[in-house]
Formats: sequence, C-alpha cells, structure tokens
Amino acid sequence: MEAKRVTLFAGHYGSGKTNIAVNYALWLARQGKRTALGDLDIVNPYYRAKDSQRELEAAGVRVVASAYANTNVDVPALPQEMYALTENLDTYAVMDIGGDDRGALALGRYMPAIAAENDYDMLFVFNRSRPLTRDAQSALGIMREIEDACGLPFTGIVHNTNLGRETTPGTVLSALPALEELTRLSGLPLRFTAARSDIAPLLPSYIGEVFPMELQKTIW
Amino acid sequence: MADKILMKGNEALAEAAIMAGCRHYFGYPITPQTEVAAYMAKRMPKIGGCFLQAESEIAAINMCIGAAAAGKRAMTSSSSPGISLKSEGISYMAGCDLPALIVNVQRGGPGLGGIQPSQSDYFQATRGGGHGDYHLLVLAPSSVQEMADLVSKGFDLAEKYRMPCMLLADGTMGQMMEPVELREREEAPADKPWALTGTENKRKPNIINSLALEPQELEKWNEERFKRYDIVRENEQMSQSYRMEDAEICVVAFGIAARVSQNAVDMARAKGIKAGMIRPITLWPFPEKALKAAAGQCKAFVSVELNMGQMIEDVKLSIECSRPVSLCCRTGGMIPSPDEVLAAVERAAEGGK
Repeated sequence: MEAKRVTLFAGHYGSGKTNIAVNYALWLARQGKRTALGDLDIVNPYYRAKDSQRELEAAGVRVVASAYANTNVDVPALPQEMYALTENLDTYAVMDIGGDDRGALALGRYMPAIAAENDYDMLFVFNRSRPLTRDAQSALGIMREIEDACGLPFTGIVHNTNLGRETTPGTVLSALPALEELTRLSGLPLRFTAARSDIAPLLPSYIGEVFPMELQKTIW
Repeated sequence: MADKILMKGNEALAEAAIMAGCRHYFGYPITPQTEVAAYMAKRMPKIGGCFLQAESEIAAINMCIGAAAAGKRAMTSSSSPGISLKSEGISYMAGCDLPALIVNVQRGGPGLGGIQPSQSDYFQATRGGGHGDYHLLVLAPSSVQEMADLVSKGFDLAEKYRMPCMLLADGTMGQMMEPVELREREEAPADKPWALTGTENKRKPNIINSLALEPQELEKWNEERFKRYDIVRENEQMSQSYRMEDAEICVVAFGIAARVSQNAVDMARAKGIKAGMIRPITLWPFPEKALKAAAGQCKAFVSVELNMGQMIEDVKLSIECSRPVSLCCRTGGMIPSPDEVLAAVERAAEGGK
C-alpha cells in the first residue's frame, strides 16, 4: 500500500471514516513518516477523531481539529491551522471529512490546493450495513453528492462493511457483490478493506489488501 | 429474520416509527437529536408520509395534537430545551386524551446547558412537565435495538390508554451506532372511534377538547383519567433484572447509566460482592413491584443517574424507605465510569453511603 501525500476519507455518515482515518494516520506514523490528521467533521456532535487525540499525539501524529470539537459549543468551525495540511508538503496529511454532502462542503476551501498539488487519494468509505447504502446504486448516489459538494472527484474505494462489535468475516464477505457493482459503476479501484484487527486475519486473500484497525474502547 | 444493519439510535427510532405506521412527523432541529428529523426528511417523502419542519417546537407539538386528533400516528422529537417548549402542548394533549409519541434525546441542563448526554429531565418526564394533573407513559431505552423496539411499543401503549408517550433517551443513545434488527409490527393499531375523521352525517360529531365549562365536569374528567392511570400502573410496569437472584446490593439504573452499571455489577461480583441490577424500562409507571420485591432480599440500593439525583426519589418511594438508598451520579454531559459505580457499590456493601 503506497500512500499519497494527502489521503482523504469521505462517505455516508456512519460509514466509519473517523476510525479509518485515525488508524491510517497511526499506520503512517509507525512507518516513521511525519503525519498530520485533520478533523474536518462539521456535522457530528459526538464520536470524533479528537476522541483519539492523546493516542495520536503519543504516536507523533499532529492533530488539527476545531477547538470546539467535543465541547458544548455546537458550531461548525474549522481552525486556521487546517491550512498546514495543504501547505506543509513534507508532511503526510490524512483528512477526515464529515458525513454526507453537507459535511463535505467544508472541504471545498482546501480543494484548490489539493487539486493543484495533485498528490492525493480521495477515498470513498463504503459500509453496506448502513441503512442508506445497502446497494451500489444508493452508494453511488451519495458518492456523487459528496463530489458535487466539495468539487474533488473520488480516486478509490475503501470497503468497511461492519456491524460494530457483532462483525464477523461473514459480515464483510456478504457485501462483496454490492462492492463489486460499486467499483464497476464508479470505475474506481478498491484500495483496501478495513477490518477490526481480530477479524482481519480471518478474511480470505482473494478480497485483496486488508487494513487491520483498532477500535476505540467504550465504558459500556 | 431480517438482516441486521448498523444504525445510530436516532436513525433507528425514526425508521422504527415509520415501520410502526407513523406517517406524520413534525420536528425542529436541536443537537443531539437532529438525525431524527434529517432521517424523516429523507424517508417520509418517499413513502407518502408527511415530514414537516415546524417554525418552532411549540408549533411542532401543536401539529402533533392536530394529527393525533385526526386519528393518525403522530410523532415529534427534540432534546431537553425543546421539550420544555413543547410542555404546554404536551399538557393539552394529556388533557385531550390524545395518543402520540414524543421523543426526548436528553442533553445537559438546566437552561441551554450543553449538547452532551444527560438524564436530568427525569422529573420533567415522570412528574408531568407541563401544568395540571397528568402523566405520560415514559419509556427508557438502553440500546439502539431498544430505541427501535420501544417506538412501536410506545405507539401501542399510547393508543391503548389514550395517553401521550415519551421515549426518554439521552445523547449517547441517540448518537451511538449499534447493530439493529428492525422488526415488522405484529398487532394492528387500536381502533379510534373517538378520532375526528368526519361524521359523513352518520354519527354525532366527536369532540376533542381540554376545556371544561363546569368545575364539576373537570373534576370528573380528572378522576376518570386517574382511574385509567391506576390500570396502567397495575399492568404496564417494565424492568429488566440482571444477576438479582441472590443479590444483596441492588443497583438501579436506566438508559446509558444501566449499560455502565452492568459492567460495574460484573466487577463487583468478581470481587465477591453480591451485586445485581434492576433496569427500569418504564420510568412511568415506575417498576415499583420489582423494587419492592428486591427490598425483601437486598440490604442496600444504589441509584446511578446522569443528574443530581432524581430517580432516587422513586426508588425510595417504591421500597418505602425500608433500606438505605445511595446515589452515584455525574452531570453536565459526564457519564459515571464503571469504577465510580463499583466504588459506590462497595460503599453500600460496607454499610456506608
């Protein structure tokens, strides 16, 4: 798996963008790469990349997020430091884009710099277990809405079908026909399949590259 | 069996309402329940239903009154400050004996408070909230699956007893994602011979009204309504017991607090403390019978809440203060950790408070 200078994760909300972005940034940092994670989510009030800030910073990942994320200030703000992600060309940037087309609007202002540099991967996160992306056509519709909102075309797909704690290898495999149809309809390649680290080794090799992830622990 | 899908609590309850036959949703956005309105806005037009973003919470609850009076399954949702605004309409609804589902995905208060989870509207939900003598049916889910299941149950109960029903969730329940199986309804909705559906010159007009011209009449309405409440109290108490068989310390918690407390009960058991939990599912009617039975075997109770201590009053009343009841709580959007609950259980086991 070869990382571009900028990797963006976007998709329907609840598709798993944040978990993947956090794990992807940690993966880059573990390879000794200077890495920054930008939380561009202006939609979700809870469960954000900032929840993992301590772990990310301990691994050497710079976290750029709204000062108001996870506070009671419910405003869609982005910090000016976010420009560091497009301007510091010596740093690998991972961007977590908020859910749906509304969330992707925020990316618009960074899009010209990302497009001009042209060293990016804009990845669509597909989770067939989510109610509004149960088939390839619906997922494609959301893909187009996001592209229209942010102006940046997708370059690949990340498969992340899961049922949270109840995920089994069967959950992942059951989505393959829809995934295949989505890659065909969109003309985009599958970059990797993301799976919880205990599920990843159980997946058959024919599904291609598997990216193992650690999920945040909850107290319930 | 239907496929499981991964849903946010807010989405699950919205889809469950549609599956329960709700085609009239009136809302107004407020964090952390905005996904309910967003989901309804996407789905209702596709199935011939009505999604209407009202100009205010007050308008939304009054639209619910109208749709419910016409015999429709009507629903509105909000979070704490918005429910305060709806409270006048909820009182009118109770006074008109109208069934509807009101969802409160609670956030921290009082006032504007904060957007993080809370259970501090317990008093408001169980004691009325609006003016006058009335009760709501109050259901408290503690998983995304239950967010869905209790929606259908809530509509059924509301129609059976002609009462508004409140689904009292919290921000965590609304925002968390879990696998859920959406089930088709089994029973047909209750008949509504009282509804305003047009007489077609075949019957006398139905009248839906909360204004009594004579004081004797109003008193009679209130007494009749409370006879119905007695039946609800007798028949509809719901709770879930966890490791209560030989429990000496009984934790009482609902919603997200029960999820945390269940882990604390397991930790206490591992340390040799005989702890168990009763999780109220109906907050009104409160599961007094289960609590009273537990008082026969337990030496102390611990009420775990995301507020300064509200349900603890119902725990004490249910067991008639026959055992010590202590409080373990966090507020402001904070959630007690399993360790904090464990410490409270240990204190109770040692006879302290």
